[in-house]
Amino acid sequence: MQEQFNEVFTKYHEVITWSVYGTAIILMLIGLYAILIKKNLVKIIIGLTILDAGVHLLFVGIGYIQNGTAPIFSPGNENAADRMVDPVPQALVLTAIIIGFAITAVALSLVIRLYKHHNTAKIDQIKSLKW
Amino acid sequence: MKKVFVIILLVVLGFFLTKTFMDIPFGENRIGEVAANETAAGYYLNNTPDKTKVANVVTAIVVNYRGLDTLGEVTVLFLASIGLASILYRRKKEEEDAERLSLPSSRIMRTGVRVLFPAIVLLGIYVFIHGHLTPGGGFQGGTIVATGFLLMLISYKGFNTDHNRMVWIESLAGLSFVGIGIWGLVSGNTFLENIPETGVLNSLISGGLIPIIYIVVGFKVAVELTGILDILLNIKPNK
Repeated sequence: MQEQFNEVFTKYHEVITWSVYGTAIILMLIGLYAILIKKNLVKIIIGLTILDAGVHLLFVGIGYIQNGTAPIFSPGNENAADRMVDPVPQALVLTAIIIGFAITAVALSLVIRLYKHHNTAKIDQIKSLKW
Repeated sequence: MKKVFVIILLVVLGFFLTKTFMDIPFGENRIGEVAANETAAGYYLNNTPDKTKVANVVTAIVVNYRGLDTLGEVTVLFLASIGLASILYRRKKEEEDAERLSLPSSRIMRTGVRVLFPAIVLLGIYVFIHGHLTPGGGFQGGTIVATGFLLMLISYKGFNTDHNRMVWIESLAGLSFVGIGIWGLVSGNTFLENIPETGVLNSLISGGLIPIIYIVVGFKVAVELTGILDILLNIKPNK
C-alpha cells in the first residue's frame, strides 16, 4: 500500500503538484476577478471568500509531506514524529479561517446597511460613493 | 475595457504565482531532522508530546506556543460581533415591527431539527472538550454548536436567544482566557505559561491549561457565532 502510493506519487509528481497548486491559484484568481469586475457587493464578498479559500489551500498544500500523517500523537502513533506533516501552516490556516469569517460577517453587515440606505447593492448605482 | 485590463493583470499575477510555487516541490520534507530541532515545525513535533503532553500538535501550537496569537484572534472575533451588532443596531421602535425574513418552515423540518439539535450541540461540545486529543478544538466545536443554533433559528420563529445570558457567557469566557494568562504572570512565569501538571499523553485530563483554554474558546466562539446569526436573521424587510 505504502509502496504503491510512493510509486504513484513519484510517477505523477508533476501532475499532482500542478493540480494542487493550480487549484489554489485558480481559486485565488477567480476570487480576485470577482472582486475587481463584479458590481454587486454580495458577489464581491463571495469573491473575497473564494480568494480566502485559495490562500488556505495553498498554505495547507505547502505543508504536506510525502507519506505524512496528521500531526496528532494518537495511541499507536506516539513515535511517528518523523512522518508527520508540517503542523505550522495548519495552525496558521486555522487562524486565517476565523479572521476570514470575521471579515465576511462585518462586510455583509455593511452591505445590509448600504442596501437599506440606497435600496440597491450595486456599487455603480450608489452615487454618493463616487468622488 | 476594464475587463481586458483585469484579465491581463490576472494572467500576469497567475503566471508569477505559478512560477514561484512550482519552485517549491510538493510533498518534499522541509522540516528536516525532527530530533535536531532545526526548524520551528521540527521543534514543535519533537517537544510537544514530552513537554506539553498534548497529542494534537496543532492544538499545542495554537493554544500554547502561539497562545497570545489566539487571544488576539478571539479578540478579532469579538470585535467582529460587536461591529456587526453596532452596524445593524435598531432603535426600540424599529424593534417592534422587526420580524424574521425567513418563511415559516415545514413540519418535517421542525421535527427533524428538534431531534438533531441536542445531538449537534453534544457533538460540538465533544469536539471542543477533546481538542487536545483528536482533530478539532475550540473554534471548530464552537462552530458546530452554532450550526445547531442556526437550525433552531431558521426553523422556529419563536426561538429566541437570551441576549443577557449570552453576553455573560461571552464576557466570562474572555475574562477567564485573560485571567489564565495573567495567572502565568503572577506566578512569576510568562503570560499564558502552562503551569499545572501536564498529566499523561492521550488521556482526557492532560496538557495542563490547554484543554481549559480551548473549552473557554469553544464557549466564546459558539456564543459569538450564535449572536451573529441571530442578528443577521432578525433583519427587518426593507418595506
